[in-house]
Amino acid sequence: MIAMPMPDAAVLARRAEIVNALRRIVPGEGVIDSERERRAYESDGLTAYRQLPMVVVLPSTTAQVSQVLKYCQQHNVRVVPRGAGTSLSGGALPLADGVLLGLSKFNRILDIDITNRCAVVQPGVTNLGITAAVSDRGFYYAPDPSSQIACTIGGNVAENSGGVHCLKYGLTTNNVLGIEIVLMNGEVVRLGGKHLDAAGYDLLGVMTGSEGLLGVVTEVTVRLLRKAPTARAILLGFASTDHAGQCVADIIAAGIIPGGMEMMDQPAIHAAEDFVNAGYPRDVEALLIVELDGCAAEVDHLIEQVEAIALHNGAFYSRISQSEAERELFWAGRKAAFPAVGRISPDYYCMDGTIPRRALSRVLARMRELSEQYGLRVVNVFHAGDGNLHPMILYDANKPGELERTEEFGADILRLCVEVGGVLTGEHGVGVEKRDLMDTMFTEIDLNQQQRLKCAFDPDGLLNPGKMFPRLHRCAELGRMHVHQGQTRFPDLPRF
Amino acid sequence: MEGYRAATAKDVAEVVTAALAGAQPLEILGGGSKRGIGRPLQVETVLDVSGLSGIIDYEPAELVLTARAGTPLAEIEAALHARGQMLAFEPPDWRGLLGTDASAPTLGGTIACNLAGPRRIKSGAARDHFLGFEAVNGRGEIFRAGGKVVKNVTGYDLCKLFAGAYGTLGVLTELSVKVLPRPETVRTVLLRVAEGVAWQPVLAECLNSPHEVSGAAYLPGAVAGRSRVAAVAGSGGGIAAVRVEGHTPSATYRADAITPIVAAHGETEQLGAEDSAVLWREIGDAALLAEPAAHAVWRISLTPSAGPAFAEAVGNQAACDALFDWGGGLVWLAIGAESGDAGAAVVREALGAQGGGHATLMRAADAVRASVAVFEPLAGPLAALTARVKESFDPLRVLNPGRMYAGV
Repeated sequence: MIAMPMPDAAVLARRAEIVNALRRIVPGEGVIDSERERRAYESDGLTAYRQLPMVVVLPSTTAQVSQVLKYCQQHNVRVVPRGAGTSLSGGALPLADGVLLGLSKFNRILDIDITNRCAVVQPGVTNLGITAAVSDRGFYYAPDPSSQIACTIGGNVAENSGGVHCLKYGLTTNNVLGIEIVLMNGEVVRLGGKHLDAAGYDLLGVMTGSEGLLGVVTEVTVRLLRKAPTARAILLGFASTDHAGQCVADIIAAGIIPGGMEMMDQPAIHAAEDFVNAGYPRDVEALLIVELDGCAAEVDHLIEQVEAIALHNGAFYSRISQSEAERELFWAGRKAAFPAVGRISPDYYCMDGTIPRRALSRVLARMRELSEQYGLRVVNVFHAGDGNLHPMILYDANKPGELERTEEFGADILRLCVEVGGVLTGEHGVGVEKRDLMDTMFTEIDLNQQQRLKCAFDPDGLLNPGKMFPRLHRCAELGRMHVHQGQTRFPDLPRF
Repeated sequence: MEGYRAATAKDVAEVVTAALAGAQPLEILGGGSKRGIGRPLQVETVLDVSGLSGIIDYEPAELVLTARAGTPLAEIEAALHARGQMLAFEPPDWRGLLGTDASAPTLGGTIACNLAGPRRIKSGAARDHFLGFEAVNGRGEIFRAGGKVVKNVTGYDLCKLFAGAYGTLGVLTELSVKVLPRPETVRTVLLRVAEGVAWQPVLAECLNSPHEVSGAAYLPGAVAGRSRVAAVAGSGGGIAAVRVEGHTPSATYRADAITPIVAAHGETEQLGAEDSAVLWREIGDAALLAEPAAHAVWRISLTPSAGPAFAEAVGNQAACDALFDWGGGLVWLAIGAESGDAGAAVVREALGAQGGGHATLMRAADAVRASVAVFEPLAGPLAALTARVKESFDPLRVLNPGRMYAGV
């Protein structure tokens, strides 16, 4: 298990005083003090980790968020922001001596501006809630993480969430136009708006995916897209993941960027099929779901090309959706993959790394070896278009030592992703989960530079500490400069 | 002006370290094509990174290209073209506008200035395609951020920060960018906008249609008359242009579907691939505003529906030519240079009255750019945060100091 920063005894001793101060800022039921009610916040989607927060505060205005943060900075109290708590990397894991700042009361849609294809919403609105509010006008919000029913747009900004359609339509960062944030010192800053790109540094871009370490998002302006008139999906079965992987590469090399392109291995296919009867073939080693969207002329043209490329790559099963219901059924299996795996194992641990696709067969082969070595089964679903792997390790938390072995196995998979030229996380975030693996991808210099950026936003390191960085440094220490006047050799380079 | 030519990241680190020791700030230069953008630097030493050149890795099926920062954009675009791909953010070439005969724009400069062309509305800006980099910070340290895959959220997204930082946070030495397939077919639907017809709602209707518009611009009559495309120049009035691209059956279908939307507001015509290429180049490069060279040129990003009212408000107070891209969300203005501030007060007041956005003085004499805020002035806490971000990368301000804001 990964250790969180040591609780500050001086802060814990002042708990009653802090709770009272928060009650003065957020009156009524907005401050949660009782252990029973705090229990609801002890964990997020990374359920192996639990920690009761010192106190929970649920403000409902930007001014309250500002006052809470300002108070906490002045009194040296740590703060953990939280949306719906669906993070799979422990981004919202509380601290024993920290205030848990929940944004659930920020749940209003403030402005739907179809003329300019955008909407202004509060951070506690769910991802799907945005789409629901504009779908009668034929629009939607594009990023669609699996948790979209529950996860909030504020959390999506914090984690730069993706989804199955992001190869074509982008991640959160490509679909957000503006935000309002509150800094740890209580200052309110507005970044972007209904216009494109930033005046000055792209701090909106930096805030997106900063995992709640730089500021608290209190308003979001998102881009809305017009729904595609048509979408069709094709199921393609292969005798090996290698063939399926080559098919994906050939589709992209042919100039086709599908709306979605997912791969499942045989254990995942069987688990999904047993659960939802999507009609998947059971005798294939790898299944691709490729979805084409756009006008009918485009979809009909491309789906034939995709099928031809697949057959050329040895596909021996091919089925094109003939109706909207059938297309949805194709996806139902994939979307149910996680709960389906939950049925065949007491527990599972969902990983999230990205690799260059050319390394797919090497990575899958090594994963099979590791699976045998650790004595743990692994099931693979894969955003094939962008190389984002989601191996699920099956384990039983009640068996002593099995969670620890699972975590080690998971870490080996992520190290493998980095080794082949990929990255530790494609869309779930670093959080607590991958914090101690950051050294496999970055040097001390790289990480110190990232932490110096945090110092610009949060000089006392009070906002969501213990996430993303394996070691905490004081900003004063990071800021020290060693300039050697006169000792530096003059560069021995061509001059002009 | 004296300077150093670096050929490796290590060379760059050495020069920055020496600059720190000698308190000698550096101007970072690739091809020099965008040297005239921003506040004039008061710096005596140039760090020329054009020697860091060459494509390191390009695998079309991975949609990723990695190259050294000084690689000429033309070299990259040629390599992509050969494999049916492109930089989807359509980087403009502003050499004509800026009146410079500098050598080729580079990949590093393109990303550092966060360039974006007409396709911005559909495919994003340079920021949206910047996946990872190696750079030297203002401490003389070589560091990396991001990755070489298209989907990555490991650590802070420093790519976004470096795209549009104009070299004030670090010297880029190697970059990885996302690349995408080139469209097979391009079509443009033109509308001859008669007097009294509101063009912006027409563009909005096209952008709000399901037809995946990848360019939506309006050229007032005086500006349209300068186009090299006969159908545009010869119309005698304003021209609204809507572009669709993609696989042939799709793009031709969508162009034909857009035509009746546009035809409801006036006379229309379709342009094929060749004329489309010329027209959208002219728009992205703001080539139609290059003359007269004495005019100050502004580039303003704002709420699309506010574009016409904004331009009208400025036009009421200062004689100017306008060009509208991004469905009205990008306004280019060429203002007669009689007024001492190049129209800054008028432009920024009108922008504030239209819900805000940002205005950049793209072209003006050095003396004007030294005294007028070239980039949109930042409000109190944001200005302070911007200064702290600069300090976190370049504490002694040796990298392009003051290029964007005084003291940054």
